[in-house]
This record gives sequence, C-alpha cells and structure tokens, in this order.
Amino acid sequence: MINKGSKVLLEVKNLRAEVAGVEILKGVDLTVRAGEVHAIMGINGSGKSTFSKVLTGHPDYTVTGGSAMFEGKDLFSFAPEERARAGMFLAFQYPVEIPGVSNSALLRLAYNTLQTERGLEELDPLEFDDLIQEKIKVVEMDPSFLGRSVNEGFSGGEKKRNEILQMAVLEPKLAILDETDSGLDIDALRIVAKGVNTLLTSDNAVVMVTHYQRLLNYIVPDYVHVMDAGRIVRTGGKELALELEARGYDWLRAAA
Amino acid sequence: MIMTSKPWTKEQCYEQLLLGKTVKSESWLSPIRDKAGARAQALNFPTAKQDDWRFTDLSPLFQHGFHPVESFAKLTLGDIASLLIPGSIRLVFVDGCYASQLSDLEQAGAGVTVASLVEHSGDAQVEANFAQHALFDQDTFAALNTHFFEDGAFVHVTGETATPIHILNIATKRDTSSAIYPRCLVVMAANSRATVIEDYAGLNDGINFSNAVTEVVLNDDAQLQHVCVQREDKSAFHIGHCSVDAARGSVYTSTALAFGARVSRHDLHVTLRGEGAQATLNGLALIGGRQIADTHTRIDHATPRCKSIQLHKCIADGSAHAIFSGKIMVREGASGTDSAQSSRNLLLSGKAHIDTQPQLEIFNDDVSCKHGATIGQIDADALFFLKSRGLTEERARNLLTHAFAAEIIDMIPVPSLVESLGRTILERMNGNSAGGVSK
Repeated sequence: MINKGSKVLLEVKNLRAEVAGVEILKGVDLTVRAGEVHAIMGINGSGKSTFSKVLTGHPDYTVTGGSAMFEGKDLFSFAPEERARAGMFLAFQYPVEIPGVSNSALLRLAYNTLQTERGLEELDPLEFDDLIQEKIKVVEMDPSFLGRSVNEGFSGGEKKRNEILQMAVLEPKLAILDETDSGLDIDALRIVAKGVNTLLTSDNAVVMVTHYQRLLNYIVPDYVHVMDAGRIVRTGGKELALELEARGYDWLRAAA
Repeated sequence: MIMTSKPWTKEQCYEQLLLGKTVKSESWLSPIRDKAGARAQALNFPTAKQDDWRFTDLSPLFQHGFHPVESFAKLTLGDIASLLIPGSIRLVFVDGCYASQLSDLEQAGAGVTVASLVEHSGDAQVEANFAQHALFDQDTFAALNTHFFEDGAFVHVTGETATPIHILNIATKRDTSSAIYPRCLVVMAANSRATVIEDYAGLNDGINFSNAVTEVVLNDDAQLQHVCVQREDKSAFHIGHCSVDAARGSVYTSTALAFGARVSRHDLHVTLRGEGAQATLNGLALIGGRQIADTHTRIDHATPRCKSIQLHKCIADGSAHAIFSGKIMVREGASGTDSAQSSRNLLLSGKAHIDTQPQLEIFNDDVSCKHGATIGQIDADALFFLKSRGLTEERARNLLTHAFAAEIIDMIPVPSLVESLGRTILERMNGNSAGGVSK
C-alpha cells in the first residue's frame, strides 16, 4: 500500500555493478517505503536478478558506482549477514540444498541469531517448535519437512515454500523475492503468494523480481518497474504489468 | 625427568621402542611374543619408499623417545566422565593396562564375554585367534605390539546384545612419553550380534605413542557394528591396525573416525572369506593445524557373492594432511562380487592437503565394482545462503563442515555417542580455526 509519508526502507541511486569484469547494472534508481510492494520485471539478462544479489551482498558481484541506503545506512558497508540482521531477506531463485543440516535446526539458528541481534532471548528447541508449528501453516507445509535436510529432495515448489517459511520465521523489513514464481505450478504459486500476503504489514516491504505477470495476480504490486540493459526504464502501477503481458517487452526496449 | 631439547633420530627412536618391557605370558603365547620380538628386531620403521607409506610423513614421531609404562596411573571415573557412554558394557585400559575399577561389566548378560585378554589367555577362542589375523611378519607396528602388549580387550559374543560394548583406551600424561600397546580381540560366534566401540582418547595432552592392534572374527551369519574412535591428544601419535575375518553370510559394519593425534594411521583390512559376507566401511578424518591422518583400507573379496560398500570422508583445515588409500581386491574365484567405494573430501584451507587413492585389483570378470572420488571446498552458494540468513562466516562454515561430517557420524548406532561426537567435532573445528589464525 502506498503511503508517501511512510518510512523509506531502501533508497538506491545510480547503482552500477559488475560480475567478472562485465558491467550488468548501469545506473539503477529505486526507492522502497514501508508498506509497499514492488515488482521488477524484465527479460532474461536485463539485470533484475543481479540487482537482488547485489543488494544482499553476493560475493560474485562488485559494486562499481552509486549508492544503496537501507534505513538511512550505507548498505554496502555491511557484510551479507549484517544486512540480514538489519532486516533484509532474499528468497533465492535457486534455493540451495544443504545435506546434513535439518530445516528446523537452520531455522532455529537463524532465528536465534536475529533474536540476539535484537537484544531478545534465544528460544530453546521446545519453545522454537511452538513458534515453527504456527509458521508452517503460513505456507501449508507438512511438519515432516522440518526434520529433513534443508531442501534436500524437495520438489521445486517445496523449495520455494521453504524460502517463504524462512521469511515467515525471520520477519524481515525488506524481502526480495528473486523469481520465486519460476517453476511453480498454479497451486504452489497460490500457496506461496498467500504466504507472502499474510506476512505483509505497513512496516515491511516486498520487492518481487519476476519475468511473468502471473505472480502479480496473487501479490498485487503498488509499483511495477521494467528493467532493461541494467537500468529501470519505466515505472508504473499494476496495470503496467498487464500491458507487458499483452504487448511484450519490445516496445519498451525500443523506447529506451 | 627432563628430556633433552635435542630431537631424537629415527634410529634412536626405534631402539628406544625395542627397549620396552618384557611381559610374561601363558605357555602358548610366549613363543608368539618371542617371534614377534625377533621380527621387531629385524624390521624398522617403514619408509616413504614403501608404497603403503609413501604419503605418510612419520618424522614427527621419530623426534621423541617413547618409554615403557612402568607404573599404573590411578584415575577416577570423574577423570574420564566426558568419555563414558551411558548404559554400555565398559572395559577401560589406562596406558595399555586393564583398569578394573573404571570398568563396568554388569550389563554383560548371557552370551557376552567382555574381559581382560590376559585374564582370559587360557580361553580356547583366544588361543585359536590371537595373532592369526593381524600378521606381524612384515608389519613393524604389529610386531612391536604383539611383542610388548601389556593387556587388551577380549570380546566373545555367542548371543545377541543390544547393549554397546565400549572399549576405552586412555593415554595419560607422564614425565616421559609412553609407548602404549592397546590390543583387542573380538570373536563373534555364529549368528551372534553386537556393537563394539573401540575408543582411543588422551588426558591432559601427553605426547604418547599408541600402537594398537585389533583382530575381529565373524563366524557364519554373525553381525557386528564396529565403531572406532580415535580422539587422542593433539600432540600424541596413533598407529592402529585392524584385521577382520568375515565368514559366510556375516555382516560387518565399521565406522572409523580420526580426530586426534599429531600423526595418526588407521589400517583396516577386511577379508570376506565366506560366501555372501558383507562389509560396510564408513570413515571420517577431521583434522586441522599440522595434523596428519592416514587411513589405509583393504577389502579382500576372497569368495563369491560378497558385497562391500565404502564411504570415506576427509576434512582438512589449517595445514593438515589427510590421506585415504582404499584397496578393493577381487580374487579369481570371487564371481558375483558387488563393491562400491566413494571417497569424498573437503579442504577448508589453502594450505591443507588431501591425498586420495582408490585401488582396484580385479581378477574376475563377473563383478560390479564402482568407485569415485571428489575433493572440494565449502560450497560458495551454500555459504552465501547461510550468511543471507544472518549466520556469521564462521558459524556458516562450521555448520557446513559439521553437516559434511555428520553423514558419517550419524551412521553410528549409539545415539549418545553420536551426540557427544557432534560436540567433539565442534570443539575440534573451533580449535582448528584458532590454530589456523596463528599461522
């Protein structure tokens, strides 16, 4: 929900970044306020996934110019784990499998790390179990997934639901969903979207990176941005996504 | 006594070992000890020219003189509390001597004999099997052990027991470094079942040399879960040899862990002698600092339709050096052999070093033998994922390392041991990373 008076969570100005010496982001500007839902759309290779990884500190990417402030602080002066503790979250496009680490153990470790950061008490396994039993309802996940190794043997849809479960447990201020809709069938998409909608409040914000308009039927954006060749070339409301669905991206690329 | 600061030479070290204490024995055992002593006199430390030892740098061992244990170190249960496995049948040896006051044999019911080898040297099973499987003719360390061993464990299972049998070998710190010769004989009667945990640990960071020999005999259709934990002090030395003889239809499962010692070696030789015998060998070496851990295994498919499965993992941090050499032999008559070996390795630092060497010697066409080896580092994507969830670099690396190790540890069928070893791993890793910084 747009509220021009609400707090600015993320302010990106003229951001440039490269990977392996190739410049991918060529001057991105974006402002996200609390309560807002943003969608960043674009063709493959436009730089939208790079943008999400640069913001969360993936080591393969180098920032070469511009700035990104998170709640007024220079994001790039923080390590990835510090950004997470400050309230940023990335739902991965390709969630990582971690054999030998149980889902519940990871969630508890991550949760308690944040609790400590916030000056709150850590939860012991029993207390955490009460919390997690509530949280898994958000993504309609079977409790048996908690005892399994992180994402090991999960289907594509289960992995994406697991990402949203992590979001539900960590309650970030800014969640970036990197192609969370890719590889989901319609039922899984509905569950994931419902989960995200449940977690939205007037104090947090979501940035969805997606190729398709489909997800936006379920998580309705306040802003739709189109990225092309490393820049945001157009920003509009949710109707822009429908226009993209009808007309494709070429007309914008030509205009840019 | 204060030792000179000048390091010993290899020759001096060996001569000092030969000055060990003569142990009196039963009539049948004396000639074996004498023969082993003669072989020890004739042999010497192995050199890098010997194929089985070409990766293993024993020179840190040679820098010390190891003395026979002359007196019995008195320990209390409190001293070894962290090493105990609740509910187990426990046989404790301190510096190679049987410690009856620390042992607990109450849980040993009918069909299970757990005792001092010396006290049972009149037992027909001991006489029939002792030094029949771990041959010392060409093996320096087996010869030294067979000649000098003070006492050892004798486990004879004729029935089935779910209670784990814990053989705890403790090395203490003394004024001089000790040469310790743990010995173990496990005889599984036909159709018997048991779990035996061989455990080597140090107290107070002594520079001891444990030279252990274990013989395991599985008669027809017997099943043994054999866990070997080497968690010696970090300045200690450990050379262990285990020979397993598996008869028809028997099932041998081994989980061998190497965490401790400055230099350690674990030799495991399994002979699948009877048709349809099965062996599963799981192994893990987790080392850091300047540690060296060498695992040499040999699975001998001597008869038809035997099966072996092996998974060995090495994790090396600091400037440690881990070695795995796994030989699979398939004899001419061993048709229908089914064998799979996997060596997976994790390098945690740029200075660490892992050698892995699968060796297959196959003399039969009707076999399935798979093998594979991988060496890698901590997965960068997994590391970034964990950091993106708020975990520090160190925490994330420890979690991933622990997970890599847990696949082996979790196969141990004793939950309380799995749990305590999990803690041991974390302590070792934290110790290792601290050691890495100091370099």
